[in-house]
Amino acid sequence: MDVLFSQLFAGLSLGSVLLLAALGLALTFGQMGVINMAHGEFMMAGAYTAFVVQGIFSSAGVSLLVSLPLGFLVGGVLGLLLEATLIHRMYRRPLDTLLVTWGVALVLQQLARDIFGAPNVDVRAPAWLSGAVDVFGVGIPKTRLFILALAIVCVVALALVLKLTPLGRRIRAVVQNRDLAEASGISTRRTDRLTFFIGSGLAGIAGVALTLLGSVGPTLGTNYIVDAFLVVVAGGIGQIKGTVIAAFALGLLQATIEFSTTASLAKVLVFVVIVIFLQVRPQGLVSVRTRSLA
Amino acid sequence: MTTIQTTVGGLYRSSRARAVTGFGVAAILLFAVAPATMTMFRLGLLAKFLCLAMVAVGIGLAWGRGGMLTLGQGVFFGLGAYIMAMHLKLADAGPGGVPDFMMLYGSGEVPWWWEPMRSPVLTIVLVVAVPTGLAILLGLAVFTRRVRGAYFAILSQALAAAFAILLIGQQATTGGTNGLNGFRSFFGYDLSDPLNKRMLFFIAAGALLVMVAVVRQLMHSRFGELLVAVRDQENRVRFLGYDPAKVKVVAYAVAAAMAAIGGALFVPIVGIISPADVGVVPSIGFLIGVAIGGRATLLGPVLGSIAVSWAQTSLSESFPSGWIYFQGALFILVVAFLPGGLASLVGKWRRRRTTQDPPDGAPHPSVPATSGSAA
Repeated sequence: MDVLFSQLFAGLSLGSVLLLAALGLALTFGQMGVINMAHGEFMMAGAYTAFVVQGIFSSAGVSLLVSLPLGFLVGGVLGLLLEATLIHRMYRRPLDTLLVTWGVALVLQQLARDIFGAPNVDVRAPAWLSGAVDVFGVGIPKTRLFILALAIVCVVALALVLKLTPLGRRIRAVVQNRDLAEASGISTRRTDRLTFFIGSGLAGIAGVALTLLGSVGPTLGTNYIVDAFLVVVAGGIGQIKGTVIAAFALGLLQATIEFSTTASLAKVLVFVVIVIFLQVRPQGLVSVRTRSLA
Repeated sequence: MTTIQTTVGGLYRSSRARAVTGFGVAAILLFAVAPATMTMFRLGLLAKFLCLAMVAVGIGLAWGRGGMLTLGQGVFFGLGAYIMAMHLKLADAGPGGVPDFMMLYGSGEVPWWWEPMRSPVLTIVLVVAVPTGLAILLGLAVFTRRVRGAYFAILSQALAAAFAILLIGQQATTGGTNGLNGFRSFFGYDLSDPLNKRMLFFIAAGALLVMVAVVRQLMHSRFGELLVAVRDQENRVRFLGYDPAKVKVVAYAVAAAMAAIGGALFVPIVGIISPADVGVVPSIGFLIGVAIGGRATLLGPVLGSIAVSWAQTSLSESFPSGWIYFQGALFILVVAFLPGGLASLVGKWRRRRTTQDPPDGAPHPSVPATSGSAA
């Protein structure tokens, strides 16, 4: 029972990290079909934001609470810059965008290495997040619980924005049918920019959250980006529901396989499972129905 | 009608004559000029670049012509390389012997899946068969279900990530992060002998020339036309009664085989293969040379890849961090602003020079119109 529960929690925890990393990606990918390889580097930027902020505030708790919105802003502005300078030129060539943003990712990584140095840096966790909570006799680190809660808050907030606000309506309209949305008087250009801002901002938040789990280095983003992409592919695009389910499913799967074999074998098996899954549902778990041939 | 036929025929003949001349020049350069003018060290470097260029030739076919953005060629390169490296390790250990690193990290026993690599013949077969088989399997699984475009790119990248992680995790049998290294002989030939090193260079040069010839024939064949058609209008090809998945699988498998042979020759030439050569970052790094040279052309990927390898070697010698900025900038500038690569500049210049030519309505196949936006 203890083992089962701790495994379950390990999976949920991994899933929440994946979810945070993939949420923004799902938004930008769903919106424009653009694969943003620099997404991981936006996460890294968020993480370094937390590192810089902790130098300003003496209390780790205040610093964390300041870092979260600031990380969102840093990631968002970076995304906005990227969209305005490069990506908007290339909407007709989504695969090429993948390579261009990879170039951006390389540059950002090296910039971080030159600014903050190649060795990893640490961000202090606040005192109220240290230690573990005892649930059913299993000690669960508070930081993990915090990240799980943060992921849920982000999903709920994003869902509310998409469902209730005028901006959310515009975003959904553009995802479902770009031409018709444009014909109805929606500025797809502005919607794209705002979507990219929010999506990249979520990457920044994910980066801040990751500082609670380990130290911060220039390659922080690359460690998560491939898994985040897999979540998006398995979840299907256009709705957050798919991403949420896929993130937790992959997290649980990975944790379970890891428990019975090794971490490295688990990665391979997860990949195989996803390829088999795509045999059944090539468009991912949840997909917006269209009549197009794609 | 007759005039069109004669011009097409004439064009084909002249292009074939050009190809033969080109091959002659390349062969003289590689087999006579390079060994005569370069030091042993430089020749070894060039041999390494040629191995990487083999991967690029395959990517040119799969990505440039077929529109499949494969971000996982490092897997096929790595499989070929590791299979060859296992054979070299076993051969060094002697009949029934155990490679040195296994004594160090492992149980001191050779695992069963190493055993086939004791045989030199079987090794050569497996070097090509295993990666090609994997590519066919994955290609069939993915392309017949119409998973394509960005989805395929992500899957291929995840494959590279999983492969590298697996290699690192199994230190006892794959050497882990250190990889496999310290080979002494190559099919019985001493690897420290300069004469044998030169021989390896000739083998690499010959293999690359053969691959370029194969890709040229494929491009000029019915299959090549179909491949370009699948890239540009997959659904239309399907409506015409062809199966796009099969066309794609063939191109993907050929690309995988070329990457594998490149990997297998990389091992004796460079003397080491490690997860750092096959993971996500090197896999995507293979693409930049192809993009610069001109992804859909025959020689663009080869020349671009060699140029990028050379730039990497010389730049990272003088300023290590400069190379990464340079590589990033190349990705951004070339792909965003010069999608046809340098070859498209040559094409433009040539067209301007011969403006009296009758304008042909069809777009040139070497310039991808939207490069897979249909995906």
